[in-house]
Amino acid sequence: MKRQTFHAWLMIAPSLVLLVAFTHWPAIVTMIDSLYATPRGSRPPVFVGLENFQDIFADPVFIKALVNNAWYAGVTIPASIVIALLMALAVNTAIPGRALVRMAYFTPTMLPMIAVANIWLFFFTPDYGLFDQIAGIFGFGRHNWLGETATALPAMMIVAVWKEAGFFMIFYLAALQSMPPDLAEAGQLEGASRLLYFRKVTWPLLMPTTLFVGVNAVINAFRLVDHVVVMTRGGPNNATNLLLYHIYEVGFRYWDTSQAAALTMVLLAILGGFAALQFGILGRRTHYR
Amino acid sequence: MLHRRSLLTTAAVGVATLAAPAILRAQTVKTLSFYYPIAVGGPIAAIIDGYCRAFAAESGITVIPVYAGNYVETATKAVTAIKAGAGLGGGGPHMAVLGSTEIHALHDMDILVAPEEIGLDAEGKTWLETFYPAFLANAREAGKIWSVPFQRSTAVDYYNKAQFAAAGLDPDHFPTTWDGLVNAATKLTNRNANATSRWGFKLASDVGNAQWTFGALAWQNDHRLMNEAGTEVYFNAPAAIQALEFWRSLAFDHKVTPQGITTWGTLPSDFLEGNTSIIQSTTGNLTNLRDKAGFAFGVGGLPGRDGVRTVVGGGNLYFFKNANDAERQASLKFARFLSTPERAADWCMRTGYIATRPDAWETPALAEYVAKFPAANVARSYLPQATGEISTFENQRVQATLTAEIQACLSGSKTAAQAMADAQTASDKILKGFRRG
Amino acid sequence: MSTRGLEILGAWMLGLLWVLPLIYAVWTAFHPSAYATHFDLTAPLTLDNFARAWEAAPFPRFLVNTVMLVTLILVAQLVLCTPAAYAFARMEFPGRDIIFAVLLLQLMVAPDVLLVANYRSMAQLGVVDSILGIALPYLGSAFGIFLLRQTFRQVPQELDDAARLEGSSLLGRLWRVYVPLAKPTYLAYGLVSVSFHWNNFLWPLVITNSVSTRPLTVGLSVFASTEQGIDWSIVTAATLMTSAPLLVAFLLFQRQFVASFMRAGIK
Repeated sequence: MKRQTFHAWLMIAPSLVLLVAFTHWPAIVTMIDSLYATPRGSRPPVFVGLENFQDIFADPVFIKALVNNAWYAGVTIPASIVIALLMALAVNTAIPGRALVRMAYFTPTMLPMIAVANIWLFFFTPDYGLFDQIAGIFGFGRHNWLGETATALPAMMIVAVWKEAGFFMIFYLAALQSMPPDLAEAGQLEGASRLLYFRKVTWPLLMPTTLFVGVNAVINAFRLVDHVVVMTRGGPNNATNLLLYHIYEVGFRYWDTSQAAALTMVLLAILGGFAALQFGILGRRTHYR
Repeated sequence: MLHRRSLLTTAAVGVATLAAPAILRAQTVKTLSFYYPIAVGGPIAAIIDGYCRAFAAESGITVIPVYAGNYVETATKAVTAIKAGAGLGGGGPHMAVLGSTEIHALHDMDILVAPEEIGLDAEGKTWLETFYPAFLANAREAGKIWSVPFQRSTAVDYYNKAQFAAAGLDPDHFPTTWDGLVNAATKLTNRNANATSRWGFKLASDVGNAQWTFGALAWQNDHRLMNEAGTEVYFNAPAAIQALEFWRSLAFDHKVTPQGITTWGTLPSDFLEGNTSIIQSTTGNLTNLRDKAGFAFGVGGLPGRDGVRTVVGGGNLYFFKNANDAERQASLKFARFLSTPERAADWCMRTGYIATRPDAWETPALAEYVAKFPAANVARSYLPQATGEISTFENQRVQATLTAEIQACLSGSKTAAQAMADAQTASDKILKGFRRG
Repeated sequence: MSTRGLEILGAWMLGLLWVLPLIYAVWTAFHPSAYATHFDLTAPLTLDNFARAWEAAPFPRFLVNTVMLVTLILVAQLVLCTPAAYAFARMEFPGRDIIFAVLLLQLMVAPDVLLVANYRSMAQLGVVDSILGIALPYLGSAFGIFLLRQTFRQVPQELDDAARLEGSSLLGRLWRVYVPLAKPTYLAYGLVSVSFHWNNFLWPLVITNSVSTRPLTVGLSVFASTEQGIDWSIVTAATLMTSAPLLVAFLLFQRQFVASFMRAGIK
């Protein structure tokens, strides 16, 4: 058995080293940094305890980013999952032009967010942007989608859901297609019995997929800020500022590494909480083995 | 044999070092790393490449430009590289063109070296004083000039002459006062029952630009937003509040500009579309608009409360401490190479940026160009009425705070007085630690 | 209209909505810039925007960088995750479950989140502004290990035993028994990995400085941040040029992709 232990370690060592070096170690470094003041000039860093945390929680911009991110996650995660599921259910049946529709759903995955955000910028442009042109046909007035605090974040959510849903659809589609054929035939049922069938049979069977997709959705809700960089840079009045973008600003624009470290710790705590939730509660129910 | 040669070399180097230290060591520099705030590729990068080649031919020193994106991104890159000790030659860039407003923040990080510290002869000292004073406005700190003006611009208004004429305005005379501007913009704005089909005037209020626009507005009301030392801001002064109220009134009272935030990036297309009659942008946009506009347009100075007042923008060339003596010398040499009158004139004609020194405008080439294309001269003629951009310690942070408050006011959630009071309080807190020195 | 008809209509409408940005990109890229905001069927066609985009940035270089980047990452991930996943799936050793749990932490914490600290590590390693520097934080993948472990555990133990009796070494069994059976998982994981890194932006933006290392996304971002404002014609042309490889790949392989997902552990 000694030899097997040695072999096993040999096999996990490269991955282990890389993961620890670029995830666990920086996390620890970040934690230590968060307890020191940012060094200025050539002065050495000073230990300040939890002062950085007190500072960020007293900072309205951080609170706003936190609240924004909560809304952003709260809307985009369920919305992209539900739409992905609807898409998968749609293209799982024999509808005309199925391949084309499936392709359409999947296009956002292929287009880099950084580029496509510019296109969305045009869609949201007031007066002659696509949405205002369409609204104009129906007699509605202009709307400054990205320029009003009330609509800027919802606009960013739309972009995020658009980007994610098609990608998640693929996973649901694969799950639906691998269900036993007799179950699939039941998909032909109509009306209430079909809904009931979905709730009692299909949905539970999709639970592992939902978990998988959910993990990805959570990660992206806190990771994907490319469109913020291009479309609003956090404005107007921080209405679209999200945690990771704020970290980027504080760390690489204000060069306040300690505060950025404290912010990162908050983000890590949130992600850790989600991980515990998903693998603890959901994981047990879905028999993920 | 080997021994003797190395002895000889040592002796030679020693003697030479004693004899002419700076010059000889300067000759040992082969390459310099130069960060530049522009997109990779594109016409401007090609021009800079050309200057670097010309410099190499003249001096034997290869300058390697790193095109790092916009101003903020380039500053981010340069500082990050210097702090991490990465990049070419083991220590980030030797010099960089960065936003002129970064001066206090960069100085605070203790990474800059001033031209006079590198060593300026009498001629060099004169050289540093020949630039337009407006372009040196953001270059002073602790009694020294720290940067050399290069990619410089000012805010100007572009206006659609056809729309001016159609609205019964004189297309050859752009208004010079706030009242005149409101009057013109009101006539230019087309509104029907539920929508505005044309806006009279638009100015950028998005993140990264709102503070620049506001600096101009405050100056138009005879107010500067900060002290020269960059340690204090004056946001809650009545003149600043009044300036913000004026901005807000354009949208909410006169309804000549949209409510909410207007994006810098879409201003040119707003203008080209005919959606907006007057846009406030940079001189750096002149060539772009000239190439694309299918109509005659004019360039005007920004109207002020009582007369034309504008704000400068753009980047200066900075020198970094991490370079060794020889590299610093070489960098300074490059800066002087870039700012000869002939090159400044060439730069101005090819990009639309403003030639940074008066004698450049007297060169035959630029004089002839201005005669053919008078719009190029507008921005220069208003330079005496220009002020520096807002620039403080913790510059990015103070600007972000100011921008957020301006946006709160423009989107209607705060009054001008409230927004400016909040901006003042937050900025005072940020700048608290810099007041003592 | 029947419920069924409504559903089909809904599916089509949703599809239309989803493909709208792509349609707009195609429209704008192939028409003169005056038509970027006007939709007129008689507008003249042009390839001029592509020519301009091609000149505006060294796209071939960016494309090469991106391809090298995603290839490096994917190959390293597959090579490193496979033995680790096997060890976690089929071997007994002290501390296995604890180490697995520790590794899984990375499932949630994408290296992007730790960009400040990671930048410093890269500087210390001297790999700032290199493709290796972009790739390093992603080479170890908890997600890949997790996925492959799930798959390997479904491989019947008897196959493993039989190969062992034939005298196969550990690596031999891994290569001949497990890897072939896990092909769909590899394909599915490959798709996730490639589309993630093809489109990744923030970390490459932070860690790269020069043309010779920047991937497409960072190269594309410069169009968004020019002083002269956005030129949608050139942005869309650049977007189409850079996304074409992925779009074509999906068009050609979409059936295989779905099929592989079906058979993979992800369901």
